Amino acid sequence: MMNPAMRVTADEQRVVRAWEVLQGVLDPEVPALSVCDLGIVRDVIAAHEGLEIVLTPTYSGCPATEVIEQSVIDAVDHAGLGPARVTLQRAPAWTTDWISDDGKRKLREYGIAPPSGHAAVNQERPIRLVPRQAIECPRCGSKDTERLSAFGSTACKSLYRCIACREPFEYFKPL
Amino acid sequence: MTPSIKVEQAPSVQYMLRLADTTLILGQRLGEWCGHAPVLEEDIALSNIALDLIGQSRALLTRVGQLGGQGLHEDQLAFLREERDYRNATIVELPNGPGRPGDFAFTVLRNAMMATWLRLMWERLRESSDSELAAIAGKAVKEARYHQQHSCDWVVRLGDGTDESARRLRAALDTLWRYTAELFESDEVDAAAAANGLGPRWDALREPWLAEMQALFDEAKLPMPADSAFRSTGKRGVHSEHMGYILTDMQYLQRAYPGGAW
Repeated sequence: MMNPAMRVTADEQRVVRAWEVLQGVLDPEVPALSVCDLGIVRDVIAAHEGLEIVLTPTYSGCPATEVIEQSVIDAVDHAGLGPARVTLQRAPAWTTDWISDDGKRKLREYGIAPPSGHAAVNQERPIRLVPRQAIECPRCGSKDTERLSAFGSTACKSLYRCIACREPFEYFKPL
Repeated sequence: MTPSIKVEQAPSVQYMLRLADTTLILGQRLGEWCGHAPVLEEDIALSNIALDLIGQSRALLTRVGQLGGQGLHEDQLAFLREERDYRNATIVELPNGPGRPGDFAFTVLRNAMMATWLRLMWERLRESSDSELAAIAGKAVKEARYHQQHSCDWVVRLGDGTDESARRLRAALDTLWRYTAELFESDEVDAAAAANGLGPRWDALREPWLAEMQALFDEAKLPMPADSAFRSTGKRGVHSEHMGYILTDMQYLQRAYPGGAW
């Protein structure tokens, strides 16, 4: 029989290890970011012999959600910390405010403008043709940019162009 | 052929099903634009909006499956019901306007109307007595807000644009307006939901929705249409002639290859 006190320590160690492993699990659509940078791992809980990982979905229809779930399970199992189980938690709803500062830096380096400021957009007018907040070009830093498309290659991004350096770039929409 | 399934008639289940089917069928309609929109940016926009709507519907159908007590899966609910058992408002099953693959003005006007309605609905559902429905709403309200902004921008651009864009938008308004009445009619289903805190009566959304439409129409130089005596009845399961066709498209695969998955 294992000493109960030692058991707790072993569980804690597994949780710490799991967080380290999850740092290496990348978002399939934005592979510059790990699931931790993105802020979608809400909790890791030692449960019985395995681990329960609590994830929160980004967008309701994000097709990457299921791939991410599987990658998380595979990574934790592969590290010998499993069997892993994923629980989806919808509340509180994910917000881009949960992307870490390190994650925002990685996004910029990857060529995606990180979400600006806070996602508190409740009071925005439903109709707003022009102008929008100036978004900084991740390449040259100019704020002389324009939006090309409200929606982009994935649910979480829109498409911009830098007037100064002429490069198109993606912008991670604040949500 | 896979046999059809029947869903629990309890008002709480029916209430959620109305919302699940309204987002599902609008998502399916918008999906028809994929590869056909007038410009690439709007092709992506319509597909993205469709994806959000179907994601919202999946979450709602999963909840319906849990509450219905029959252990039904979201896919069974989406694909194995018969026409009379779909509870979407009729407005979302109408084809995307005249011509093929449809009319862009009609599509963005309906999107503006529906995104506004859905945003008002999700805002209220965040306070639902069903914690799962409240959680779905907390996520969906942000998506609906973005859809609303985008669609309303287009309504203004077309309404206050060229003679042709204004003509098409007005024609779309003439067709769509009478179908909006169903979105603000209450019956025993939503009365029960309001009584137990599940969600608002649909008629409670009418005033705030009209106020937002008035602001939009003013900006887009559109006339506020007169009310019509016509009432569509999709949320009670009695659909337009268009519903059968869209279900045929949607259900073909699951009926022909039962349980088929990616």
